[in-house]
Amino acid sequence: MEKKPLIVVENVNKSFKKSDRQDHLVLNELNLSLYSGEIVALLGKSGSGKSTLLRIIGGLVKPTSGRVLHHDQELIGPAPGLAMVFQSFALMPWITVLQNVELGLEAQGVPKQERRNRALKAIDIVGLDGFESAYPKELSGGMRQRVGLARALVVDPEILLMDEPFSALDVLTADNLRGDLIDLWQSENTNIKNIVIVTHNIEEAVLLADRIIVFGESPKNIRAELKVDVAHPRNEDDAKFRKLVDHIYTLMTMPDSETIDFGYKIIDIGYRLPDVQASEITGFMDMMTEYKGAKVDLPELADEFTMGVDDLFPIIEALQILRFVHVSHGDIQLSQAGKLFADADILKRKKVFASHLIKHVPLARHIRRVLDERHGQRASEERFLRELEDYLSEDAAERVLETVIDWGRYAEVFAYDYNNGQLSLENPD
Amino acid sequence: MLIYGVANNTYHKNENIGWSVPNYWDAVALALIVAIFAVLGWTAMQMATPYNVGQAIPISLSPRSLPVYAMRTVLRMFIALFCSLIFTFVFGAVAAKNKKAERIIIPLIDVLQSIPVLSFLSISVAGFILLFRGSLLGPECAAIFAIFTSQVWNMTLSFYQSVKSVPKDLREVTAIYQLSSWQKFWRLEVPYAMPGLLWNMMMSMSGSWFFVVASEAISVANQHINLPGIGSYIAVAIAHADKTAIYYAIGAMLIVILLYDQLLFRPLVQWSEKFKFDEVLDERISRSWVVNLFQRTRVLRQVSVLFYLLFDKFVNINYLLKRHSSFFQHHLRGRQDPGADKKKNLKYFFVKWKIIPLLGDLIVFALFVMLLFYLWHFLVDFVTWHDVARTFVLGSVTALRVLVLIFLCSLIWVPVGVWIGFRPRLTEFIQPIIQFLAAFPANLVFPIVALWIVKYKLDVNIWTSPLMVLGTQWYILFNVIAGASAIPEEVRLVSKNLGVKGFVKWRRLILPAIMPFFVTGAITAAGGAWNASILAEAINWGNIKLNAVGLGAYITHYTRVGNFPHVILGTAVMCLFVLVINRILWRPLYNLAIERFKVN
Repeated sequence: MEKKPLIVVENVNKSFKKSDRQDHLVLNELNLSLYSGEIVALLGKSGSGKSTLLRIIGGLVKPTSGRVLHHDQELIGPAPGLAMVFQSFALMPWITVLQNVELGLEAQGVPKQERRNRALKAIDIVGLDGFESAYPKELSGGMRQRVGLARALVVDPEILLMDEPFSALDVLTADNLRGDLIDLWQSENTNIKNIVIVTHNIEEAVLLADRIIVFGESPKNIRAELKVDVAHPRNEDDAKFRKLVDHIYTLMTMPDSETIDFGYKIIDIGYRLPDVQASEITGFMDMMTEYKGAKVDLPELADEFTMGVDDLFPIIEALQILRFVHVSHGDIQLSQAGKLFADADILKRKKVFASHLIKHVPLARHIRRVLDERHGQRASEERFLRELEDYLSEDAAERVLETVIDWGRYAEVFAYDYNNGQLSLENPD
Repeated sequence: MLIYGVANNTYHKNENIGWSVPNYWDAVALALIVAIFAVLGWTAMQMATPYNVGQAIPISLSPRSLPVYAMRTVLRMFIALFCSLIFTFVFGAVAAKNKKAERIIIPLIDVLQSIPVLSFLSISVAGFILLFRGSLLGPECAAIFAIFTSQVWNMTLSFYQSVKSVPKDLREVTAIYQLSSWQKFWRLEVPYAMPGLLWNMMMSMSGSWFFVVASEAISVANQHINLPGIGSYIAVAIAHADKTAIYYAIGAMLIVILLYDQLLFRPLVQWSEKFKFDEVLDERISRSWVVNLFQRTRVLRQVSVLFYLLFDKFVNINYLLKRHSSFFQHHLRGRQDPGADKKKNLKYFFVKWKIIPLLGDLIVFALFVMLLFYLWHFLVDFVTWHDVARTFVLGSVTALRVLVLIFLCSLIWVPVGVWIGFRPRLTEFIQPIIQFLAAFPANLVFPIVALWIVKYKLDVNIWTSPLMVLGTQWYILFNVIAGASAIPEEVRLVSKNLGVKGFVKWRRLILPAIMPFFVTGAITAAGGAWNASILAEAINWGNIKLNAVGLGAYITHYTRVGNFPHVILGTAVMCLFVLVINRILWRPLYNLAIERFKVN
């Protein structure tokens, strides 16, 4: 590529200090270049560091090491030419649409009259004519995001950063806004040369982006980079489109090489268990029964269950860990034990779940063993938390313990008293 | 570049500065404004009249002088409120933004708010008189300062907490669009904090009425200065045992509270609705006739546009834009100036070796040691260990009083509050009444109690105690009502459906649900009771002087005779008691209530 990049991300590391002992590494030696004339999607599960990367590019978060170059200049904070659109819209509720849009111009010291004219023009572009004097509270979600977009457009950015801009909207509104965004991109009404969009919606990424960066689990961030050579407007039923979506599903559900074992997942005691409750697992298994153990295409499943990737993937991961399903090449299939579980009644299910929990989740096995050995068969959750913190950040350790406690309680492998934080083997009175 | 259409995009609303013909409502509103300003201006001029220490200021008990007195008192309170606001903006914001400052300011405010107002007065009055020698401004400033100390702390804490909890995405918006700190303050932080701040200002205004008597009728170090005002009027009425004058004073206060509530706070509350962060529109928006009046005017509304433009200019002052900060310029220019590397190195050196933070710590520590040393030196000459032991005993007596009273109040107000809270329409009706009761200075009732005690020969130590919670018990009721009305309707229906009644209902449903609210109310009430002990443990009516055994009476006594070491000792011990009880009783209780009983 002989074109000069607008933004170069060079060897960026980002870790958050969680406990004194240890940092939690989110981005690891990450390299990325953004060029003129492309829409780039950063696609991944939540917690994969894609939003952090977006904030580093925007100058909102400083990398722990490495640097970001913007026109060959090292970025040391928010810079002119970069604007951002937020998932939560992030509008000030106490000022009108017009004043919200004017905000960025105020910061630049643009005189009042010019400010107003430019803001009105931007409002016009996003199709909010007539709502200038409305307060954000009066608007629907879609219209609020249009205000967010106008606020970004008005500062005449070169690069537009979008942090899951459509994920808080209903399906129809999101579709509508995506279409308008592409129209805007193609209209050349603006000076925008590059759009970076963070998303966890695979279809959205394929629909909008020219290049998709697929994020994986933390230590190794970028799992794959794909080009989308389909002209806009793209059709979701197009064969090429479907193939690409399938391919990305495969990429995203592919376990890391070191933990792969016939489509299951083998984990150690400090593994970051997905944030999934036992009730979600049983609910999902109930839904899976209708496929009677046949292979199912993941995108199709997501569509059928109307689940986003963010809801779907953690559950699938949990099921892989518990060995209730196999996943390979973007297809999912109930395992022998999975079929047994799905067909069983409540009590039988608990038994199956308990045996798999003890067998395949080392943390649960460890807790059970400690409780068995203890006199009085009790132990405080603090103890296990400390142990987990050798592997995980404080935050993650708490979440993992919470998850394993939930699973253990469901399986009746151990009991838990919320009031004193004691794990035990006895049944509550 | 965006292509900007020019001609067809003119924006009309609020921008039409061509003056229209004034309407009938303009006249009414203008008259209102002129009247308020004239009265305030005239009253303010009275504050700077010549005055020498020792000179007696005659206070007339005639009801005809009450309007003027009322104006002067209100003016003092509003000046104090204004100062509190400035203090809040400066220190609240600094504490919220600077970790180092936060670690000093917040504990300091915690201590300061447990210091009784009278102690502030006794310490500051001499200095102010010296500062404005020969003018009434000296005692005026001392009184305003005392009122200020009764208003400011909760405002600052509320603002600090709001600024700290500004949503992260809004912060990111101001960062990515490069608003300067100044712009961020006025466009994001102040608006976000506004509803809470306003509520606390109203509470402060109510609370400070209680201390107006003590602050205006300055009786420190054997000096008696009666600043013209309702407080002095009440003090003189008490000294003369004049019951009718007390009734007049109560009447005047009622009118004054009603007036500023209608003219100022109602409109402000209605205005602050728009700062509320809730995503949904609330139908029950409070209404104010003053706002309605101004919305009907024609010319004055255009004047308000001028104010809006002025505010706009104020927020966007050129020098306070981000591009004027050096970092930004260097970024824009794209080339580092030659000195920058050196500066950076120097800065790096300081940062690396943590020299700046270390220096800061050292300075604070040195100041603290000096203060302790000074205090010790001051006390050791005048105060014996015996005195210290005595203050601790007295402190325990007052502490016992506070705790017993809070307990008794809870027994009464919790059931009442729950009963009211379960009836939404009654709640709406009764809330303003309680608000007024909280504003009503309880010290006006003191004389009645004094008379009873003398008449029926009651025990002073027991029967003056209820006076301490007279003004602050309402916070318990207030919060319990709020807690009870926050119990979700479904939960109550379920318990009804299951036939949960009586004791079980209280234990399983009501008490857990109101617990966090109740504890908040009890903390506020207990804090207020400590502060009120200064007035409640030593009450007068004409020649009757009743002194209970307690730390409040101790401080009051030594303030009157001007024995500062003992005032400081008493104050320090009181602070200690309040802080320790907060730490070992209230805070754990509050954390427990939040953790266990919060209904999401």
